[in-house]
Amino acid sequence: MNFIPNTKDEVMEMMSLLGIDSIEELFKDIPREVLFKEALDIPRLNEFELTRYLGEKLSKNQFFPPEKVFLGGGVWPVYIPAVVKYILMRTEFLTSYTPYQAEISQGLMQALYEYQSLLAELLDMDVVNSSMYDWSSAAAEALLLSVRATKGDIVLIPQDMPYYRKMVLKTYLWGAGVEYMEYPLDEEGNIDISFLNKVDGGRRIAGLYAEYPNIYGYIMENLDEAGEYVHNRNGLFIVGVDPLSLPILKPPSAYGADIVVGEGQPLGNPLFFGGPLLGIFGVRRDMKLIREMPGRIIGLTKTVDGERAFAMILQTREQHIRRERATSNICSNEALTAVASAVYISLLGKNGLVKLSTKLLKYSHMLYEMLASHGFEQPYNLPYFREFSLTLDKPIETKSLLRHMINKGFLFGAVLARYHTVSLNEHHSQQALEGLISSIEEVIG
Amino acid sequence: MTGFRQAKWDEPLIYELSKIDPSLPEDVVKEASRYLPEKYIRKTLSIPDLSEPEVVRHFIRLSQMNFSVDLGMYPLGSCTMKYNPKICDYLASEPSLMNIHPLQPEETLQGLLEILYELKKYLSMITGMDFFTLQPAAGAHGEYVGVLIIKKYHEVHGESHRDEILIPDSAHGTNPASAKMAGFKVIEIPSDPDGLVDMDALEAALSDKTAGMMLTNPNTLGLFEKNIVEIAKKVHEVGGLMYYDGANLNAIAGLARPGDMGFDIVHLNLHKSFGTPHGGGGPGSGPVGVKSYLKEFLPIPYIDHEDGMYFLNWDLKNSIGKVHGYYGNISVLLRAYCYILLNGGEGIRKASEQAVLNSNYLLWRIKDLRGVSLPYSKGVFRKHEFVISLEPLKEDTGVTAKDVAKRLLDYGLHPPTIYFPLIVKEAFMIEPTESVSKSDLDRYADALKAIIEEAYSDPDTVRSSPHNTKIGRVDEAYGSRPKTMAPTYRWLLEKEE
Repeated sequence: MNFIPNTKDEVMEMMSLLGIDSIEELFKDIPREVLFKEALDIPRLNEFELTRYLGEKLSKNQFFPPEKVFLGGGVWPVYIPAVVKYILMRTEFLTSYTPYQAEISQGLMQALYEYQSLLAELLDMDVVNSSMYDWSSAAAEALLLSVRATKGDIVLIPQDMPYYRKMVLKTYLWGAGVEYMEYPLDEEGNIDISFLNKVDGGRRIAGLYAEYPNIYGYIMENLDEAGEYVHNRNGLFIVGVDPLSLPILKPPSAYGADIVVGEGQPLGNPLFFGGPLLGIFGVRRDMKLIREMPGRIIGLTKTVDGERAFAMILQTREQHIRRERATSNICSNEALTAVASAVYISLLGKNGLVKLSTKLLKYSHMLYEMLASHGFEQPYNLPYFREFSLTLDKPIETKSLLRHMINKGFLFGAVLARYHTVSLNEHHSQQALEGLISSIEEVIG
Repeated sequence: MTGFRQAKWDEPLIYELSKIDPSLPEDVVKEASRYLPEKYIRKTLSIPDLSEPEVVRHFIRLSQMNFSVDLGMYPLGSCTMKYNPKICDYLASEPSLMNIHPLQPEETLQGLLEILYELKKYLSMITGMDFFTLQPAAGAHGEYVGVLIIKKYHEVHGESHRDEILIPDSAHGTNPASAKMAGFKVIEIPSDPDGLVDMDALEAALSDKTAGMMLTNPNTLGLFEKNIVEIAKKVHEVGGLMYYDGANLNAIAGLARPGDMGFDIVHLNLHKSFGTPHGGGGPGSGPVGVKSYLKEFLPIPYIDHEDGMYFLNWDLKNSIGKVHGYYGNISVLLRAYCYILLNGGEGIRKASEQAVLNSNYLLWRIKDLRGVSLPYSKGVFRKHEFVISLEPLKEDTGVTAKDVAKRLLDYGLHPPTIYFPLIVKEAFMIEPTESVSKSDLDRYADALKAIIEEAYSDPDTVRSSPHNTKIGRVDEAYGSRPKTMAPTYRWLLEKEE
């Protein structure tokens, strides 16, 4: 392969027009002491060799088919319809840049506008941006937004949340110099409101972040009280979601959410060992919040002749205009994964989404019933959607169970904080669940 | 004059393709209510139900109304819109890769981790750095990691009072925005009459409050900061760290290395310099490399290797923590790995050489056009990009850089970055890359020449352009005003009521 179209003759011609005898002359302003005089020791492979080389390396991975994977915690195995893959291979989407020139980029902008509009319905929020990096960074930026919008001085985050996501929140908050406090769950597994009530009344709470369903898979019964609490303290209520729960679950607006964040990966994007993902970021209709949003927003506008058009809007929030006064530094985002989600949602439609969501709900309950009959117990008695948790010791110690299950070809959930969380995905059929259970029977004997 | 016509479908919004029934299917809701109390079940959902052919036609029509680098020259400055080798897309779409859950145990992923580890080795080699993290999902995300490392480094050394980051006035907007997110004050360093860092101003800005300096080299004018060694020395002398913004690496890959110039921290944009497709704005990837003494500050987990095993090392003493839920944009990293091996060390150097040759040739073709001026360092070769000013044209004809950019669209050519860097009036910032030929460059120069002539003879045609794209000139302000905006379909419906 040759990726450089200039021929030798063209190179010679250009050099002679520029009045140089060698390419090196173009670099003569680089001080000699920093010129790299060696050759980079990187082999060159042709397409065939590369394919073989990569294949050999990847054969060292152990492959777990998604029906044997019960991991979740923020990203989930998903079946990606052929249509989604097909559209994403359209080079007009794949190899375009950020739509800086609106007139020649209407197609991409319409697709992103549709993503924003479809997500707005799913989340029941009024404005959704065209993507953040992932759930974690979206949640972190939502907390920072709450500080800017309310002038508060402390944010509240759950003690129980996946360790990796909590680490991202802590990094962003440390960076911006924002104080935080971790609130616990009460004995029932709900938000410990009595703890919140004890937070010093002199502190200006900027925001409270909660997940729905939470880390252990549960729908906490007092989300509305947490929302009311933070609103009474003039702060914002930020809710993190698995968007595939929302076709059947009430949207977070029902509990007073001001900002909704979440992970768009389950809406038609592959896992890829955790990236690229799709950070969801939506807010309710409030210009103060909208003006403080991070990231790009595509809006409907018009041409000077009055024709319908799409454009990047409210750009004065962004770094290329506002520099250090921007609402965020985000520039490149995850646009293509947002397009994938727009196609995915459009393809499944309302009916397909509600069915899928309900299937996950049903199968998670089926699985738990099977597990319960083998002595497994849940830490809480709360409603759950597609994930639930198990205590760490019954009927077998989790660590040893997980190790044995890997040997049997299963990734049977993970411990992300205090309990063992098991996640369902749409590849799980009755047969797959029975296969899992019979392997578990072999392990617990 | 131009034969180009972009497709124009009168394609409605996906919401307008069918009548929406927001009620949930009763039988399904009934089933759900066996598992969930009624009060948690949603009542309505306004999402269209369409057939597969309708959905496919819709999105294919949209795709036809979008320009991309596979359609033609896309010379956005500092964006490095080079050709994306197709085999990389195919290899990175392996079903076995797409299905790997990030919590899958690392001992079962030795092949993937080995690839990522090797990629870090190559990136270290190319940049002259010692250790890399692959976690940042974009260039600005990498910058953010970089400035957080600077912050943590000073904290650990008991020097938290260092709260100033120096940034040239020609820098990318993400630099000051990233520094601000890490809690720093931004001190802007002006450019000197040659378009380089003003050494006196730098000297004056340095103090015991200096945490570090962020620099792009070559800078956004396409000029190599030839005083770089001295700059780094001065910043180091007062105790600051040097940060390299890798957006412009395509100028020097294989020819000069930031690690040899005195930089302590480097971020790269794999979606620019290493040929991964940009996806209409992302996903990108912004790995960060550091000198060995900063390894302990890198984000966790660090992809490590010991006793023949690859593993995720969560044990870095002074890590800044995490900036991404998992380990980075793996499919982008894999594409970049493929790109690097397809080119090899020699190909990487050659790409930079050709990118710089193309850039200087195009500059040579257009710099003397009427209405065009070349600000800063006139006799000096540019690197992979250059910046001209259309200020004289505007003065002569009233035609602006934006007007000329829009008229370029009529030729099926993507305009360069405009109005950036901010220190050049009516700026045209052009980066052709190595992926275009001399004839492409000639066509681009010819089009620019024709448009400029037209600006003098028939300015209205230029000012009212584009004429051959899906739609005419967009009124962006209309969509941003609270009274007329409609950022989502539901907002549009309310507005129309």
